[in-house]
Amino acid sequence: MITRLFLTLFLLTLPSAAHAHKPSDSYLILKTEGASVQGQWDIALRDLDFAIGLDGNGDGSITWGELRARHDAIAAYALPRLKIHAQDEACPTRATAHLVDKHSDGAYAVLRFVAECTKPLTAVELNYSLLFDVDPQHKGLLRLEYQGTTRTAIFSPDKSSQRFELAELSLLRQFFDYTREGVWHIWIGFDHILFLLSLLLPAVLYRSKKHWEAVPGFRPALLDVLKIVTAFTLAHSITLSLATLGVVTLPSRLVESAIAASVVLSALNNIFPLIEGRRWMVAFAFGLIHGFGFASVLADLGLPQDALLLALVGFNLGVEGGQLAIVSAFLPLAYFLRNTLFYRRAVLFAGSIMITLLASVWLVERVFDLKLLGF
Amino acid sequence: MVYAAPFIPASDAEVLEQLPFKASDPTTRELRRMRQELSESPHNLDKAVALAQRYYRLAMADGDPRFIGYAQAALAPWWEMDEAPVAVLVQRAALRQYSHNFNSALTDLKLATRLEPRQGTAWSLLAAIHMVQAEYATARQDCEKLHGLASSLIVVACVATVDSLSGQARQAYSTLQKAYASAPAVPANEKLWILTRLAEMSDRLGLAEEADAYFRAALKLNIPDAYLLAVYAEFLLDEHRHSEVIKLLKDKERSDVLLMRLALAEKAINAPRAAEHQAIIRARFDAARMRGDKLHIQDEARFNLYLLNTPEAALRLAQENWLGQHEPSDARILLETALAAKDKTAAQPALYWFTESRIEDRHLEKLVKAVRGLK
Repeated sequence: MITRLFLTLFLLTLPSAAHAHKPSDSYLILKTEGASVQGQWDIALRDLDFAIGLDGNGDGSITWGELRARHDAIAAYALPRLKIHAQDEACPTRATAHLVDKHSDGAYAVLRFVAECTKPLTAVELNYSLLFDVDPQHKGLLRLEYQGTTRTAIFSPDKSSQRFELAELSLLRQFFDYTREGVWHIWIGFDHILFLLSLLLPAVLYRSKKHWEAVPGFRPALLDVLKIVTAFTLAHSITLSLATLGVVTLPSRLVESAIAASVVLSALNNIFPLIEGRRWMVAFAFGLIHGFGFASVLADLGLPQDALLLALVGFNLGVEGGQLAIVSAFLPLAYFLRNTLFYRRAVLFAGSIMITLLASVWLVERVFDLKLLGF
Repeated sequence: MVYAAPFIPASDAEVLEQLPFKASDPTTRELRRMRQELSESPHNLDKAVALAQRYYRLAMADGDPRFIGYAQAALAPWWEMDEAPVAVLVQRAALRQYSHNFNSALTDLKLATRLEPRQGTAWSLLAAIHMVQAEYATARQDCEKLHGLASSLIVVACVATVDSLSGQARQAYSTLQKAYASAPAVPANEKLWILTRLAEMSDRLGLAEEADAYFRAALKLNIPDAYLLAVYAEFLLDEHRHSEVIKLLKDKERSDVLLMRLALAEKAINAPRAAEHQAIIRARFDAARMRGDKLHIQDEARFNLYLLNTPEAALRLAQENWLGQHEPSDARILLETALAAKDKTAAQPALYWFTESRIEDRHLEKLVKAVRGLK
């Protein structure tokens, strides 16, 4: 009796050992452009062998020669199992190339194909049924790219048909997404804000006989702020662009450490003034470093390769916008308080000391790769 | 995500993939015959269940979830039926619990035992699932139901396994030892199961030498079994016998669970392939996340704790894992991550379970003491 035979086997079943291997997945990338869809489909050789047989000589290993001999069969098996519809019309598919790729769990056949639709695509309906009949645990992992935006989806037997609206994935929306990220980053990037503030704090004052005096009018203060902000913006835009376009790259620990050092130095300069009039030069020099910092944030957000420039400009504008908001909140307040002892002692002097201390901790953390503060 | 660059291999002779079986392997032939027969009459219940069981056994042997998918495909005509035939209910439950769908597995098994109270396999699966869920009293009742349905040794072993987790470790251990020693002609697969249990029990009791001897005896049976390799590797890691782990698992990289143990051992002694294996594991976790899998959480917690050194992230994963299953290894990872993250509150569920179950386990006892000592 079957029951008796397999009893021990079931008892042994302990889920800790479950899914010891990566399950069967295929990786499908579709790029839509105009009326055509460019496809790349990575299907595990294990799966293809099970479905249509690849091991020509039966020796248990699959060679490139054996795979090559089955290329037509692979296309004939796979392509009908992916139906692409646009505006209720089928877009016929055609294989264009066969390659190989290694994924973390073994070798995959890479099937490149193209689907031609009759009209430019505004929406696409996909029906995926590869392997579902022989392995219902199989999943198709889709990456759909359209005008620089990317969407992902998973096909499984109970979700084999999915529809994607393409029109809504507009470039403009993506542009604003990056702008918003830029604003957000400058607001939560304390090191950038503190660097800027350290340079701006003395803008409503000037040095006379080793003492701080309040500027007589709004114009000189505004001019000073403008010079500093412009220099900082120019500098970090240059390096942000260079790093994002891959022209220059620096190790991130070095960049982060240098950013912390720049905050320390600019705050120290308020306590022991060395550079008085030409703080915009400091802003420019260190701005170059801060640009690399912005670039690594942008890289972490994930860059669409075909809309790199758009992401770059959007993000940069966001950073400038966020920065402008901070400056316009700071300047009137500082100008209003410039005559008070409170501003000179508590804000400028004590504030700079605190910034120096905080940034020194950052510097130590980043140089030695430690975690001392909770943020 | 691994989207390495697709390529065209240099020569036809280049081997791309190794299949689990050669065409001449008896297993391949047997499976082909069974599949052929089933495809001629896909609604033949006996043939479908037999093929599903054959695939399930393969999945147990080396942990490849593809076989679970193939087994499910064999049961396709009945898969969606609530009141499927008892043989299907039991097999479906086995497949479902493999994918951690414990509740639907329990529903199937309860129905199966109501329709056929002498369904031994169903009772043994119920016992296994209830143990995983730390429902020890219920699991014990399930074991008792096996009287007359399984060999008396299996019944003793089932009860002893439950008892060893719920406050009678020493007595359960010696009962099972005696029963095993005096049992006549035990089939090899039962031997494997009982030796593995004895090894685990003695390890929990701190009898490392005895555990080692049982593990070796189990390995000597030469029955491929992913679970045995995983628990023995864990035992060796605890004993700091890292090079033995590497020897045991060196050609088992395909299995995620075993590769993880291999990488832990390699990291401990700075073995040459440590970094490479760590990168592969990370890629597999990424792939699992893309496919929406949550079956790896316990190991992902371990990966974060020991290979990435990110205890907070590891703790979150261990907590999530604890929601689904309460085996000693689940408690252990929760305690280990809570200890590393210095978060006593997070460890509370495991501390409660430890007291409530009255489990005796030298690893857990040490950890519980350390966690209780946290401020």
